[in-house]
Amino acid sequence: MLFVLAFAGVIGAGQVNPVLADIDRVTSILRPLSQPAQEIKETSVLVLTICAVIFVVVAGLLVYAIIRFRHRAGDELSEPPQVYGSNQIELAWTVLPILIVFVLMLVTARTIANIQNRKAPPSAVQATVIGHQWWWEIRYPALGIVTANELHLPASDDNKRQPTFLKLQSADVAHSFWVPQLAGKTDLIPNRENLMWIEPTKPGTYPGNCAEYCGTQHARMLIRVVVDQPDEFERWVRQQQQPAAAATNVTENGHVFFANSCVNCHTIKGTSAQGKFGPDLTHLMSRETLAAGAATNTTNNLRLWVRDPQKIKVGCLMPNMQLTDAEVDQVVAYLQTLK
Amino acid sequence: MINDASLPLTSAASDWSLPSSRKVAIVCLILTETGLFSIFVAAYLFYLGKSLTGPTPREVLETPVIPTICLLGSSLTIMLAERALRRQHRRYFQLWWTITILLAALFLGATAIEWHRLITIDHLTISTNLFGTTFYSLVGLHASHVIAGLCLLTLVLFFSFRGLVTPAQHGRIEMVSWYWHFVDAVWVIVFTVVYVISR
Amino acid sequence: MAVQEIALTTSGAPGNSLVDRLHGLVVTVDHKKLGLMYVGTAVGFLLVAGLLALAIRLQLAVPNNTFLEPDVFNRFFTMHGTSMVFLVGMALVSGFGNYLVPLMIGTRDMAFPRLNAFGYWMYLFGGLLLYFSYLGAPGLAGHGSAPDVGWFAYAPLTGPAFSRGHSTDYWILSLLLTSIGSTVSAINVIATAVSLRCKGMTLMRMPLLVWLMIVVNFMILLALPALSAAQIMLLIDRYLGGHFFDTQAGGSAVIWQHFFWIFGHPEVYILIIPAFACVSEIVPVFSRKPIFGYPVMVGATVMIGLISTSVWAHHMFSVGMTSVGNTFFAISTFMVAVPTGIKIFNWLGTMFGGRIRFDLPMLFCIAFLFQFLIAGLTGMMLGVAPLNWQLTDSYFVVAHFHYTLVGGFLFGMFAGIYYWYPKAVGRLLDRRLGLWHFWLFVIGFHVTFDTMHFPGLLGMPRRIFTYDAGRGWDTLNFVTTIGAVLQAAGILCFVINLVRSAKQGKLAGNDPWDAWTLEWTTSSPPAEYNFATKPEVRSRRPLWDLKHPEDPDWQYE
Repeated sequence: MLFVLAFAGVIGAGQVNPVLADIDRVTSILRPLSQPAQEIKETSVLVLTICAVIFVVVAGLLVYAIIRFRHRAGDELSEPPQVYGSNQIELAWTVLPILIVFVLMLVTARTIANIQNRKAPPSAVQATVIGHQWWWEIRYPALGIVTANELHLPASDDNKRQPTFLKLQSADVAHSFWVPQLAGKTDLIPNRENLMWIEPTKPGTYPGNCAEYCGTQHARMLIRVVVDQPDEFERWVRQQQQPAAAATNVTENGHVFFANSCVNCHTIKGTSAQGKFGPDLTHLMSRETLAAGAATNTTNNLRLWVRDPQKIKVGCLMPNMQLTDAEVDQVVAYLQTLK
Repeated sequence: MINDASLPLTSAASDWSLPSSRKVAIVCLILTETGLFSIFVAAYLFYLGKSLTGPTPREVLETPVIPTICLLGSSLTIMLAERALRRQHRRYFQLWWTITILLAALFLGATAIEWHRLITIDHLTISTNLFGTTFYSLVGLHASHVIAGLCLLTLVLFFSFRGLVTPAQHGRIEMVSWYWHFVDAVWVIVFTVVYVISR
Repeated sequence: MAVQEIALTTSGAPGNSLVDRLHGLVVTVDHKKLGLMYVGTAVGFLLVAGLLALAIRLQLAVPNNTFLEPDVFNRFFTMHGTSMVFLVGMALVSGFGNYLVPLMIGTRDMAFPRLNAFGYWMYLFGGLLLYFSYLGAPGLAGHGSAPDVGWFAYAPLTGPAFSRGHSTDYWILSLLLTSIGSTVSAINVIATAVSLRCKGMTLMRMPLLVWLMIVVNFMILLALPALSAAQIMLLIDRYLGGHFFDTQAGGSAVIWQHFFWIFGHPEVYILIIPAFACVSEIVPVFSRKPIFGYPVMVGATVMIGLISTSVWAHHMFSVGMTSVGNTFFAISTFMVAVPTGIKIFNWLGTMFGGRIRFDLPMLFCIAFLFQFLIAGLTGMMLGVAPLNWQLTDSYFVVAHFHYTLVGGFLFGMFAGIYYWYPKAVGRLLDRRLGLWHFWLFVIGFHVTFDTMHFPGLLGMPRRIFTYDAGRGWDTLNFVTTIGAVLQAAGILCFVINLVRSAKQGKLAGNDPWDAWTLEWTTSSPPAEYNFATKPEVRSRRPLWDLKHPEDPDWQYE
């Protein structure tokens, strides 16, 4: 039994080493960088402490009983005193758990209320996240921005509190929005609107996953939350609000894009491409990843993706369009102008 | 040490009696069936008024007064049949039992007519809207229990005409009647939910 | 395979050729044979579903692994979960109930022997139908294969738009069949325990196992219909164009979750309480003391049963319930901790002052106590709704419920099998192989599931077929997989032991453990009629009274 404790210790310690090299990529819920994850962590420390104390006491009693009352040579000659129970003792170990549970109830109720009852201040950024099989559509209705898979928001500081309030919806099946360092999960459910909020203070990129099983590529439905300094965020907003650079002047390369069925599913603002089924591509090149985090956004990956998405993300809903090598090059060249 | 099952017998406790296993089992069956119906009733109530398209219950449902009287009446007649069996009046038993079957059949016939009207005239099918889905499911689940009961009732009548139903079988017949009372009781709930509350 | 095992281990069938024995199994209505058939079949499915788990672990051993295709992986975890809950767990519950209840209450068979056989065959064919989906599901439409919607099959992923082909239909239909089997088995066990107790066995003199089986089977009767009803609705959606869970037509995806967990949460207690039952029988015998606080144990079990009906939505803290809803279900969840704590303390109280013999059943019980304690504590952590928002659907929750279902339920069942095998077969399970099984399985269990908590804390969601390197999950997942291999080795020892000891084990005699309940008064294995003369009892421990006429229990109860 001690083995387990030792083992947990080893793992706990061992966990730090491989991680230190790349600590920013470890999305531990115990290393929160935003409300409400911070408050949840504080609650969890209290709960963990209570559980640890209970564990030590009860497991200690168990170990004590095993050692102290083990069968010894000569014991088979007689039976131990037969004890049937004791009302006082039963009462004691009924009341004790009730008290502990009562404390937990209060802590839980308070934390739930703190997190769920928060109202959006006027300064809050409002965004809508819509889950699709298997990518995230992100809309900022007030700002007129539509993007995908990377949620940009401003860092909040004490002088200018700027939380982000998210409306969560789904276009098909149930998904769940989970960026562990920012907040707990909230599900995206079709025919329903859920709300959540986050208020990160430290700029950076926070990875997360879809946390509700949603079909074949559930594993490759990654979300990135990019927290910018407020002025950087402003810049990003202005840039995203522009139509695509190439919109007014569709080049030869672009014709391949528009001649094939790409436009049936994808939107490029300012052009005739107004499809709604796939991600908005207006500013594709401003994003770090392709296909909801399935690959980094490099020329090579983009080419592989346009040639046959099924190679990178099998089962995804974008079909292999059977483009020739030349066409692939042209489409990629066009997409790369979408800065 | 101890061999075989020879525990010492004490003299007391000659009045050792336990509930009949048959009754316990049928109560358990009714319990689990109640669970099944509760979920369908919950779904019906949850989706009340949430249909995106018509028709609505108010537009198309008519209160089935006569079928309800038939079904509730059949609870009475099955009781009378049972009592006749206990008193060894075989003819009366068969008479009341037959009336029970007829009343049940009338109820089913009325449901069939209602559904026919809803489908052909009001164009409400199970796939029309949420109301259609929940309505046909709940009423259909109940009707399927009536059909199962009808099969049991008919089987008993058949056995009775073969002379196989004697007062010794009263315990078994009683279980059929318990099931039947349950089906009737469920109708009271379904009737209230579908034809009273939702309009 | 499993059926043959039984064939080797049952005696008293007319004729001795394999065909005769198999025929004997097919036509039998004997509760002991059926009980063993349940357990044997469950062990068979345990092996199959265990292999699926092993494949899942191999896929996750290293990042970006390509051992399993995404769809194959999704089918595997769906089949693993569904099999373990419905084909292994429920069958062990039915098997233990069927075999033990009549023997422990001193009667000759179940109340409805033929219904009992019917229940078993429904279960078996339901299970076979589930696996037949691998061949049958592509059907005419040619889509898909085995079910791949997860064992709780959240809508609308199961709807006709997102799950084409017939795989989901196989999931629905096979579970409806096994549910019918479980329901009739539950009715039967309750009717038997209520109506067929031997003379003198009042309710408060029933062995605890019988009490717990009554509670469990009542829970089955109340919980299973919720699943069946939801599945029937889903069938209506899929085949008749209904809209119960069709979000395009105003249907609700959340109501499926409610219906499922109204079944699903009682279900996990349905699985764990029989393990409690085994532990409550075994701990006293090997501590040489009666169970501490029998009436309180009964009361606590009934309380668990009652509270379990109102905690279901703690599986749904992240669906966006109101703060009031979340608080209510968090509070009701904590309340479960009280009766559960009482049970653990009573087992400890039984051990205190005893003279504990470390035979194999007791070893498994001690491991159970330790592991169930941890499982209970992580369960409490999950009950804290805000913490649950972080932990639900992560590997932490996977570790938690495997802690309860493997560390709790399965260890309890192993304890039970080691304890009653000599009664059922007439021979003891080999101690040396048993120790190998115990230590391999305990170590494997802890390596796997202790480790598994940590990727959850580091943000790893469940049900992903692969992950990228560098998020701190790599080492942990590799260690977890090593543990799974150790567990598999342990299970192998167990199965070898089951088969070998049936022929070569030490003869057990009537009462190898010097125990106190009625099943140990009769021969091992018991004759078809169980007891030559119907027993009569005056206390909870009739054999204690018999062995200690100078100081019988009934003077104190």
